[in-house]
Amino acid sequence: MHEFGVTENIVNIALAKAGEAQASKVIQINLVIGEMSGFVPDCIQFYFDSLSKDTIAQGAVLHFELVPTQLRCRNCATIFHPQDTLWSCPKCGGQSIEISKGRELYIESMDVE
Amino acid sequence: MKKIEVIQNVLEANETIANRNRQLLDKHKVFAINIMSSPGAGKTSLILQTMAKLKSKLDTAVIEGDVASTVDAEKVQSEAKAVVQINTRNMPESCSLMAAMIESALKDMPLDNIDLLLIENVGNLICPSEFTLGEHKRVVISSLPEGDDKPIKYPLIFIDADAVIINKMDLLPHVDFDIATFRRSIAGLNPKAEAFQVSCKTSEGIERWCSWVLEQVETNATKR
Repeated sequence: MHEFGVTENIVNIALAKAGEAQASKVIQINLVIGEMSGFVPDCIQFYFDSLSKDTIAQGAVLHFELVPTQLRCRNCATIFHPQDTLWSCPKCGGQSIEISKGRELYIESMDVE
Repeated sequence: MKKIEVIQNVLEANETIANRNRQLLDKHKVFAINIMSSPGAGKTSLILQTMAKLKSKLDTAVIEGDVASTVDAEKVQSEAKAVVQINTRNMPESCSLMAAMIESALKDMPLDNIDLLLIENVGNLICPSEFTLGEHKRVVISSLPEGDDKPIKYPLIFIDADAVIINKMDLLPHVDFDIATFRRSIAGLNPKAEAFQVSCKTSEGIERWCSWVLEQVETNATKR
């Protein structure tokens, strides 16, 4: 539900970077999105198609690289992927857990002409 | 065709405005708390209790975020130094407050006459966790009827909280909420979070919560 503003930012960043590179068209925008981030790729693409209309980014493909959630046990430093919603360390059983990957949302690169 | 490197956080625009809000609040010596919870957990009740208790010590203003209505703003009007109601229904985003909404609300606030700003976010455990507003502290309320599994279902909002409050403690005999399970989940996700157990109905625990708020405001004031 909150993808509109985020997509506006994506369009603004893409147009600024394309301008800097003196590109005439944005072909593809490569985004990195964490599994735990609350943003829905299909929803971002939907808003993108409308927000990029009549710009050099119109028709660009958004490519999402999904980063799986990676957790870290604060007790024994084991890195693991959660198997269910109960976060406990597979090695020591510890339940003091922090997220090391999976909250990202950034533009990594763009393909332009 | 050529590839250009970008590496730019998409949420940066919100964070830039949030930093600006924080600087403005600091300049006017206003301490801001972002209060988040699901709908009906007791955000408005906690704000009312907090203002009543701290009335003689702090001048408090409130920003109310709701999809629609001015119901909450009307409730807090008599106790607050200033109230701004933000309705998100006609905005492109309706599920959470964002830094730009706070920036425009601050323009209508007599900042020099305020010590504490309580920001009541839109009732939602998902979206507000993605957007910082420029607040000094983030507080999450969970109420007993919601069940003790909320931290494992919605971890992000609890991970970023400076304090977690269990509200509606007066209902404990009537619901299957295991306090120990809830607190264990919070301790695992966010060992640094302050924990409070309150009832806004009976005022149980409000004293301790308000002492913490006062301490935060005073500590922050001496830092500046």
